Amino acid sequence: MSAIALDEELILLNLDGKDKLEVISKMANNLQKLGYVKESYKDAIIAREKVFATGLPTSPYGVAIPHTDIEHVNKPAICVACLSQPVDFVIMGEKNEEVPVRIIFMLAMKEQHAQLGMLQKLMKILQEKGALEKIIKAHDSVDIKDFIRKRLEL
Amino acid sequence: MQKEKLVLVACGTGIATSTVVCKKVEELLDKNHVKAKVIQCKIAEVGSYEDQATVLVTTTIPPREYKIPVVKALNYLTNMNTEKTDKEILDALK
Repeated sequence: MSAIALDEELILLNLDGKDKLEVISKMANNLQKLGYVKESYKDAIIAREKVFATGLPTSPYGVAIPHTDIEHVNKPAICVACLSQPVDFVIMGEKNEEVPVRIIFMLAMKEQHAQLGMLQKLMKILQEKGALEKIIKAHDSVDIKDFIRKRLEL
Repeated sequence: MQKEKLVLVACGTGIATSTVVCKKVEELLDKNHVKAKVIQCKIAEVGSYEDQATVLVTTTIPPREYKIPVVKALNYLTNMNTEKTDKEILDALK
């Protein structure tokens, strides 16, 4: 199993965007620029988000975990964005109900049915008020990277 | 002879959320000594298992009606009100 990349280039602080499409596009462009995903990834992840929404009504901030099929990925990575202003994502499993999202974990996964341990640890971060607050309040992408890497045991 | 019970766990891609939910369901069945097989798949693949399956647990919107009961599993991801989801799954397997 290949290791999942998460370094400071994959952390986007104060990301600006008027809506989810804009922030998803910026994050996907970043992953592509760094070589983790193929050109097809951006359109695929946007299309996927429309059909299978990934907003989660967590507290104190909503989060979203956009991801798409493995064939659009070169090397597994996680791109994390802290948004300067919340943008609305549809809640996972709902048709129209939305949640304002401040933190996005964009997953570029290369293997199906894999990475269970990492995903479980990621879900634990999302369920923890203190952890989300720590990520939002951090001013340095290295701090966020170190914190998340430690929590995910990467 | 009763046929083996089968729980389907599905999300949009069969990669991320269903992986986490799958593990939760397996733990739930273990804890309650319920014997059932758990299969992880994409929501689009549910049709091919529908005839054998007892219940569908999913984090996404089912695209159509199924012959089997559907349990929403978002609570397992946000860790809120998980007892309700536990009960729905166990009830469906009774």
